[in-house]
Amino acid sequence: MQIARVVGTVVATQKHRKFEGAKLLLVQPLNVDDTPRGTALLAVDGVGAGVNEKVLVVLEGRAAGEALGKKAAPVDAAIIGIIDTVTIHE
Amino acid sequence: MQIARVIGDVVATRKDENLVGLKLLIVQPLTPDRQPAGRPLVAVDAVGAGVGEHVFFVRGKEASFPFYPAAEPPVDAGIVGIIDHWDLG
Repeated sequence: MQIARVVGTVVATQKHRKFEGAKLLLVQPLNVDDTPRGTALLAVDGVGAGVNEKVLVVLEGRAAGEALGKKAAPVDAAIIGIIDTVTIHE
Repeated sequence: MQIARVIGDVVATRKDENLVGLKLLIVQPLTPDRQPAGRPLVAVDAVGAGVGEHVFFVRGKEASFPFYPAAEPPVDAGIVGIIDHWDLG
């Protein structure tokens, strides 16, 4: 899983039916020192995250579909947790 | 699977219900000669690993298999072994 920060919300009226009821958020992956890494991506939200929160993102299709609660959903990323703390012990 | 070292942990109170009770650790993948290989990532712990230990982890949906059938956590990386030592021929 990756640590990321929610940087935006996405509204799409026309979408695959498996996305109905799903919240789409833009997330920016972070390094462990909180600097941005790579390009922001879209993730479905399974936990009620909001903009600016630090979150745990799963980047795998079936796991993301499971977080969404739908089988065979055409997704590849999902927010599965809101991070309280990250501790690096070195 | 890949060799890694556990370098930290993540606490998330609000999370997917299938993650409740599971330990989330930050692992730094390593080359066989113990150099960092790529970026650290978060992995779910299936074997009781701790910070500082050398472990091996699996990527993909298979990381959730150790928790079947009680739970099917939505994870993409999981620690599945603690390495005592490794040697290069």
